[in-house]
Amino acid sequence: MTTSITRSPVPRDNPATPSAPDAGGGRRRTSLVTRLFGRQPIGMLLAAPYAVFIAVIFAYPIGFAVYMSFTDYYFTAPGVTVPHPFVGFDNYKTVLTDPAVLASFGHVGIFLILNVPLTVALSLGLAVALNRAIHFRTFFRTAYYVPYVTASVAVVAVWLVLFNADGLVNQILGPLAPDPSWLVNSVWAMPMIALFVTWKGLGFFILLYLAALQNVPRELYESASVDGAGAWRSFRSVTVPGVRQATALVLLLAIVTGANLFTEPYLLTGGGGPDGASTTPVLLMYQQGIQQGNPSTASAIGVVLVILVLIVALVNRRLTERSER
Amino acid sequence: MRPSRPSRRCHGALAAVLAGAMVVLTACGGSGGASATDAATAHGPIKIWYSNNEQEIAWGKQVVDAWNTAHPTEQVTAEQIPTGKSSEDVIGAAITAGTEPCLIYNTSPAAVPGFQKQGGLIDLSSFADGTSYIETRTGDLAKQYASTDGHYYQMPWKSNPVMIFYNKDMFTKAGIDPTNPSLATYDEFLATAKKVVDSGAAPFAIYPAPSSEFYQSWFDFYPLFAAATGGKQLVADGKSQFNTPEGLAVANFWKQIYAEKLAGNETHTGDSFADGTAAMAIVGPWAISVYKDKVNWGVVPVPTADVMTADQIHTFSDAKNVGMYASCTNQGTAWDFLKFSTSQEQDGQLLTLTGQMPLRTDLPTTYAEYFAANPDYKLFAEQAARTVEVPNTPNSVEIWQAFRDAWTSAVIFGKSDVQQALTDAASKIDQLAGRT
Repeated sequence: MTTSITRSPVPRDNPATPSAPDAGGGRRRTSLVTRLFGRQPIGMLLAAPYAVFIAVIFAYPIGFAVYMSFTDYYFTAPGVTVPHPFVGFDNYKTVLTDPAVLASFGHVGIFLILNVPLTVALSLGLAVALNRAIHFRTFFRTAYYVPYVTASVAVVAVWLVLFNADGLVNQILGPLAPDPSWLVNSVWAMPMIALFVTWKGLGFFILLYLAALQNVPRELYESASVDGAGAWRSFRSVTVPGVRQATALVLLLAIVTGANLFTEPYLLTGGGGPDGASTTPVLLMYQQGIQQGNPSTASAIGVVLVILVLIVALVNRRLTERSER
Repeated sequence: MRPSRPSRRCHGALAAVLAGAMVVLTACGGSGGASATDAATAHGPIKIWYSNNEQEIAWGKQVVDAWNTAHPTEQVTAEQIPTGKSSEDVIGAAITAGTEPCLIYNTSPAAVPGFQKQGGLIDLSSFADGTSYIETRTGDLAKQYASTDGHYYQMPWKSNPVMIFYNKDMFTKAGIDPTNPSLATYDEFLATAKKVVDSGAAPFAIYPAPSSEFYQSWFDFYPLFAAATGGKQLVADGKSQFNTPEGLAVANFWKQIYAEKLAGNETHTGDSFADGTAAMAIVGPWAISVYKDKVNWGVVPVPTADVMTADQIHTFSDAKNVGMYASCTNQGTAWDFLKFSTSQEQDGQLLTLTGQMPLRTDLPTTYAEYFAANPDYKLFAEQAARTVEVPNTPNSVEIWQAFRDAWTSAVIFGKSDVQQALTDAASKIDQLAGRT
C-alpha cells in the first residue's frame, strides 16, 4: 500500500530564501487550516456528510436522552414551553428500584447468554459446511438467508402456529410437551425468543463468516493435513483463528442487537408475557416513553442499557484481543 | 497493516462538526406560529385524518366532498391516519413535531389526557358554542369526555358498545338454544361455555386477547365491571373504584374461565370468532359487517352476577372521538367542519356506512327508519345510551397498564392471588391518578 504525500512547492524552512513580509502570516494561516482539518482537508470534506449524519441521527439523540434522563421531561407541541426541572438521579433511582425494570434486564441477560453463543456456534458451523462443495449449496445458502430478510410479523405467525398448545411441535412431543405451552410458559418464553432470534438472524451471520472464510489461506489447511491434522483439528487450529476478526464482529453485533430486543417479545409473547416473563428494557422504554408519556424514565432505562452494553462489548473486545495476542 | 490513529486535530475538527450540527438542531427546536387568537377565528383550508378501515374511509370521503362542494374557499384535504404501532403513537409523535392535521377522527379518549398535557389539543369549550353544541348533541354521556378542568378537548363522536356475540351454529351443535342462550349471569355463562367446549363445538368458548397491551382490559374486565356497578368508571375523583366486591367478582369470573381453559391464554393470530376458534366474542357493532358472511351470529348483553334486564345493563363504549390539534391555523373552519361532520345528517351517514353508533341522544328514534331496516343494529343503539368511557384522568395509559399487568398475572395466568393483585393495582393506580 502506498501513501502519497503532498509537498509544498516552496520549501518553507529553506534558510537561503529570505522570508517575504507576509510569509509569517501565510504560515499561520496554513498551520491553522492544518491544525483544524489535518494535512488532508479534502478528506475531512469527504467525511463531513457522514459526520453530520452521525451527529444528527446518533450523537444528538443520545445527548438529548442523557439530558432527559436527568430532568422531568415530557414531549410537547412546538411553541409550548414547560419547565423541565433538573431532578438529579431521581429517574435512575426510579428505574433501578422498579422490579419490572430489573426483571427486564435479567430477561435480556438470559437472552444474551443463550443467543450469543448459539449464534456464533451455529453460524460458524453452517458457514464452514456451506463453504464446502456440497450438493444444493446455493439452495441452502438462500434457505438460511430467507428468514433474515422476511418481515418479523410474518415469521412470528409461523412460530405461533408451531409452538402453541396444539401446534406441530407439541403434537410431536406428545406428553413431553410443556404445560403451559412454550410461549405462555414463564420458564420457556425467553429461551424460545432466543431460539427464534438466533434462527432468524442466522443467515446474516453465516454471510459474515462465509466472507471471512474466503480469506483463510488454503495452504494452511494443506499444511495442517500434511502434519496429520484431521477435520476437527483443522477447524480448531486453522478455521477458528482464521475467522477471529469475524467472530469479534459477530459477537459484537449479536450483543448489541440482542440488548435492543423489542419486536419478538412484543409480537411473539404478547407484549412481554406471560406475566411479564419476557419483558425487555426496550419494550419498557416503548411503554413508558411513547405510550405513557414518560420519556425521562424511558431515557434513564436507555442510558443504563447503553452503559451495560458498552461494558459487555468492552469485555468482549478485551477477551478477543487477548486471544489474538 | 495497522491503520494509523486519527490525529488529535482530526478529533477536534470532527467534534467541531458534531457540536455545530447539534447547535443547529437545538436552534431548530423551537418554532413560532400564528398567534393563538388569530388561529381560533381564522378560516381557510384545513387538513384532516380519518381511520383507515374501509367503511370509515367511505364516510370520510363523502363528508369531505359534501363540505368542499359548498365551501370552495375553505377546502378540506383528508388522509388516512399514517400507519404506526398504534394511532396514539402516531398522533403523539405528530404533536411533538407539529405536523398533525387540524382534526383527527380517530382520537382515543384514553390518549386525550396525554395529548392535552403535551399542549397538543385545542380546548373546544373555548368556542362560543363549543360546550353547548357537545352537550346538546351527546346529552349526559358527554360529561364522561370532559377533562378535569371541566372543558372539552375532544368531540364525543361515535361509540361501539361491546356486547357478547355468539355463534348460533356452534351453540346448536352444543345443544344450546341459539335464539335464547343462557348467558345472562356469570353462572349461566360459565355453564354455557363449558357445554360449548365439552361438546367439541369449538376449541374455546371465548377468546379475549390475553396479551399485555394496556387497552386489552377494555374488552374483558371493563364491560363486565361497568355492568356490575351500574356504570362506574375504573377511576373517579382520583380514586380507583375496582377494588370492590363487584370488581373482585368480575375478576374471579374471568379467572375461572381461564383456569378451566374455556378461553385461550396464548396469542391468537387472526379473529378467533370468525375463524371458528371460539364460539363467542366480546365486540361492538363494527363487527357486524365483518361477521355477516362468515358467522351465523346472535348477540346478548354482557353477563352480570345476578339477573338484570337488558335496559339496565351498562357496557364499555369503545368510543373514538375527534380532536382539534394545536398546529391548526384555521380553527374557525375546523370548528365549522367539525359541526358539519357531526350533524344529524352526517351522523346518519356514519351509521349507514359504518354501523357504528354516533354519540348523540335518542339514537333509536332519530334514525328509526334505519333501525327498522337494520334490526341487527337496534340492540346496539339502545345499549349506546348506557355506555361507560375510560376515565379522563392524568396518566390514563399508565393506569391501564398497571391494571393490565395485575390482570394478566392474577387472572389470565393465575400467578398471584386475585384479591391481592386488585389491592396492589388499586394502590398503584391511586398514586398515579393523584400525580399531575
